[in-house]
Amino acid sequence: MSNEDIRIGVFICHCGTNIGGVLDITELIEYTKTLPNVAYSAGNLYTCSEVGLSNIRENIKEHNLNRVIVASCSPRTHEPLFRSTCQEAGLNPYLFEMVNIRDQDSWVHMKEPQKGTEKAKDLIRMSVYKASLLEPLEKMQVSVIPSAAVIGGGIAGMNAALTLANQSFKVSLIEKDSELGGLIRHLHKTYPTNEDASNILETRNLAESHKEIDVYKSATIEKIEGYVGNYKIVILQEKKMIEIEVGAIIVATGARVLSPEGYYNYNGKTIISQLELEGLLKENSVNAKNIAMIQCVGCRNEERRYCSNICCMTALKNAILIKEQNPDANITIIFRDIQAQGVTYEEYYRRAREMGIIFIKYLPDKPPIIKEDHLEVYNEFMNQVIGIPHDLVVLSMPLIANEDSERLAKMLKVPLEENNFFLEAHVKLRPVDFATDGVFVCGSAHWPADISESISQSNAAASRASTILSKEMLEVEGSTAEVNPDLCIGCEACIKICPYSAISKDEETDTAVVNKVVCKGCGVCGASCPQNAIIIHHFTSDQIIAEIVTYGGGD
Amino acid sequence: MSKISKNVMVIGGGIAGIQASLDLAERGIKVDLIEKNACIGGRMAQLDKTFPTNDCSICILAPKLAECFRHPNITLHTLSEVKNLSGQQGDFKVKIFKKARYVKEDECINCGQCIEKCPMRVEDEFDMKLRKRRAIYIDYVQGVPSIMTIDRENCLFFTKNACRICEKVCEREAIDFDQEDEEIELNVGSIIVATGYDIFNPKSLNSLGYGRYPNVVTALEFERLISASGPLGGHLTRPSDKNEPKKLAFINCVGSRDIKNNPYCSSCCCMYTTKEAMIAYEHNNEIETSIFYIDLRAAGKGFREYIERGENKYAISYIKGKVAKILEDEQRNPIIVYEDINTSQVKQFKFDLVILATTMVPKKDAVTLAKILGIKTNDFNFFKANSYYPQISSKEGIFLCGACREPMDIPSSVVDASGAAAKAAEAIMRG
Repeated sequence: MSNEDIRIGVFICHCGTNIGGVLDITELIEYTKTLPNVAYSAGNLYTCSEVGLSNIRENIKEHNLNRVIVASCSPRTHEPLFRSTCQEAGLNPYLFEMVNIRDQDSWVHMKEPQKGTEKAKDLIRMSVYKASLLEPLEKMQVSVIPSAAVIGGGIAGMNAALTLANQSFKVSLIEKDSELGGLIRHLHKTYPTNEDASNILETRNLAESHKEIDVYKSATIEKIEGYVGNYKIVILQEKKMIEIEVGAIIVATGARVLSPEGYYNYNGKTIISQLELEGLLKENSVNAKNIAMIQCVGCRNEERRYCSNICCMTALKNAILIKEQNPDANITIIFRDIQAQGVTYEEYYRRAREMGIIFIKYLPDKPPIIKEDHLEVYNEFMNQVIGIPHDLVVLSMPLIANEDSERLAKMLKVPLEENNFFLEAHVKLRPVDFATDGVFVCGSAHWPADISESISQSNAAASRASTILSKEMLEVEGSTAEVNPDLCIGCEACIKICPYSAISKDEETDTAVVNKVVCKGCGVCGASCPQNAIIIHHFTSDQIIAEIVTYGGGD
Repeated sequence: MSKISKNVMVIGGGIAGIQASLDLAERGIKVDLIEKNACIGGRMAQLDKTFPTNDCSICILAPKLAECFRHPNITLHTLSEVKNLSGQQGDFKVKIFKKARYVKEDECINCGQCIEKCPMRVEDEFDMKLRKRRAIYIDYVQGVPSIMTIDRENCLFFTKNACRICEKVCEREAIDFDQEDEEIELNVGSIIVATGYDIFNPKSLNSLGYGRYPNVVTALEFERLISASGPLGGHLTRPSDKNEPKKLAFINCVGSRDIKNNPYCSSCCCMYTTKEAMIAYEHNNEIETSIFYIDLRAAGKGFREYIERGENKYAISYIKGKVAKILEDEQRNPIIVYEDINTSQVKQFKFDLVILATTMVPKKDAVTLAKILGIKTNDFNFFKANSYYPQISSKEGIFLCGACREPMDIPSSVVDASGAAAKAAEAIMRG
């Protein structure tokens, strides 16, 4: 396509006052009209609204546009929407460019609008120069294997497997332990109904007997390769390597309880953990009369800043159970903030108070001190130290990430957050998705979760996975890397650096080859290639140089 | 794989209903999405930003609204309510009452000419009645479907048989006063209820002075006051004198954790009051905030760290204690009277603006809808959910998600919604 044929339309978004309240949009529109190949330029109050989108579609037709630029917010949230809008108007979606004049301009230069407007001109001009060099790209189609792997056979994993299997998808449920059930196996009763934990564990039988579910126990994951719709997982079970092929993966590996060793003179007898108390309750062998429970042991501190979410309710439950059996027992819960959100849990908390369970708030810099037969804690309400007699102290330990999370995260190429819990794609709107397509997370692998939260999340993860598994074919990203075999010297620098393991070596030609389905177009290989043999489509050297040159004032 | 022949009906077009619909539609299942208002978007559309990322709410919601509108598997029924239900899982028969819009959906291009000329001024529910809209209107600029609606109760043509100016100025001839309410019948295999929540009205709490003191507002009103698309265009001033407030106070648990009103915890207020204080500080670094609380509930991912950030970087002081009452001085500054737990003394503090974190309550028509659907409610009129399988209602084939079953934040609602979608899909595949 020669230069004369290029007709660029530029849509500049006010984003309400987010951009329009800072930058001079009229000036930007007029400026844009002076740039080469720009056939149309206009403003939109909210480009992402249906009106804004139909405005783009109409103008593509009316002005015969073959390149579209939207100057607005972040491509992270909005590029897919604008691309498909272009596609609907018959334009290849890769002939679209986005300029971020909000997050990177109007928001940061709120106090200097004139400079912000000048910066927006630079950003838009750069984009116009790049747009002139854009090439249409095709999205690859991949087939989908309609089955899933669920890693972890606790309540979240079992329920995710069942939800998928009940929709007729084949599921491989992989558990490292010799039996399914996870942490619930160690529990006596469950809140908020105080029924036997074995009731919930009936899920085990459902999962094990479901005709669509293959259960692998005492099994570990050795290798994961592939991409959305087509993952290969190597499982090690009883010294045998088993390979399975699945279209989607759900991570439900749970969490473990922090060891109480070394906290508050823990001795496993008179000072025990909440989990050990569950065991005593199961055996009906709680003999203590004066019981003190300490919350937030080993968390909400410098080392672990987070709140472990489930410990308050667990302590309340065990306190209520003891009190029901032995109304004369004196139970004190020494806490920081009682986490009893919502309707049912708050009611449960009130019930505990009505039963005579005592609650004493402590400050992090004045934690309780355990003496021989009593403990001492400073109470800010009374502004004094209170003595509480005890013959049993119970420590509420937080859930912490599993030791093997890092290993699994690396195999799946998904991130962990600072406490080594799995990090989802978007906290608000993609809470069980990963940024890596076809991989999902639920339960305490994501964040300490109780039974109902784990079940809710596992249903959600199953739903998200089913959106992939129900399709015969999937479209994957078209802006990928490509190796020019004539320039490649086979040095393997790109193979080593690719974070998605998308590049391999063609032994016959001794050159690198990109698997376009796996490639995410991140560009790392291109930057590392000593021969400039790698083209990153949609971010070619020519396109980037054009942006840099015009920014510097060249033409 | 079993054949899917039945649609799923989703009631409620807030973030929960939207997420459930999108998951099902992507799954290849046809969805009828029923929304009572003229636009989908729900409460999330009213929020300025969202915790704990402080993402702009409408910016992350708008792409989902557009997706819902464009998805070939989703049929949007706006201005619609469920009036009757019969049948059972796999074969429900639903009667929908759809109010006339008086605007042709295919003709209106949301140009806004009619709004400019409409002579009526009506309290704007979307903006928490903080400004007026016209009798022909769209809830909010990004609203979907992005078309106008005539509000029959206030339109001069309907009330006084006069005016019809909108009809004259509309170049597209999109106004149609002859439209009539419709009854639509649907046959669906399963149902998801995602009707959301209402806000507790603090007028009944006399001691807090809401309604009498102009500088005492609710958190959702504050959300509109600081929003760029709100009545102040994002420039925060206080209602009484249009001065910029410097000292803010938030009172948590208003109408909740209180046996005289609602004994339950509203789940999100600890987090959103922190968020609102942060945004206010971002607008003006001179702002100092006090948040009065009972327990700071911040158990979600990154939530505790968020509270710490508020304390350390946004000039927020957290004060444990229940506020006894609010007084007002001659400059209309609210004065908070509370008991300082450290000294057990009753203290008074003067603020420029006080924000009440009013609890989420069930929708006022929740009981009516429960009766129509034949599902149970709990003691407080939220829809009753299974204790461990929270998307499961008391009736086979009907599933729950979001704040209609219990107060919850956006991430929990989204999780809940996807989960309900899975259950609804499962139901029609078995059914």
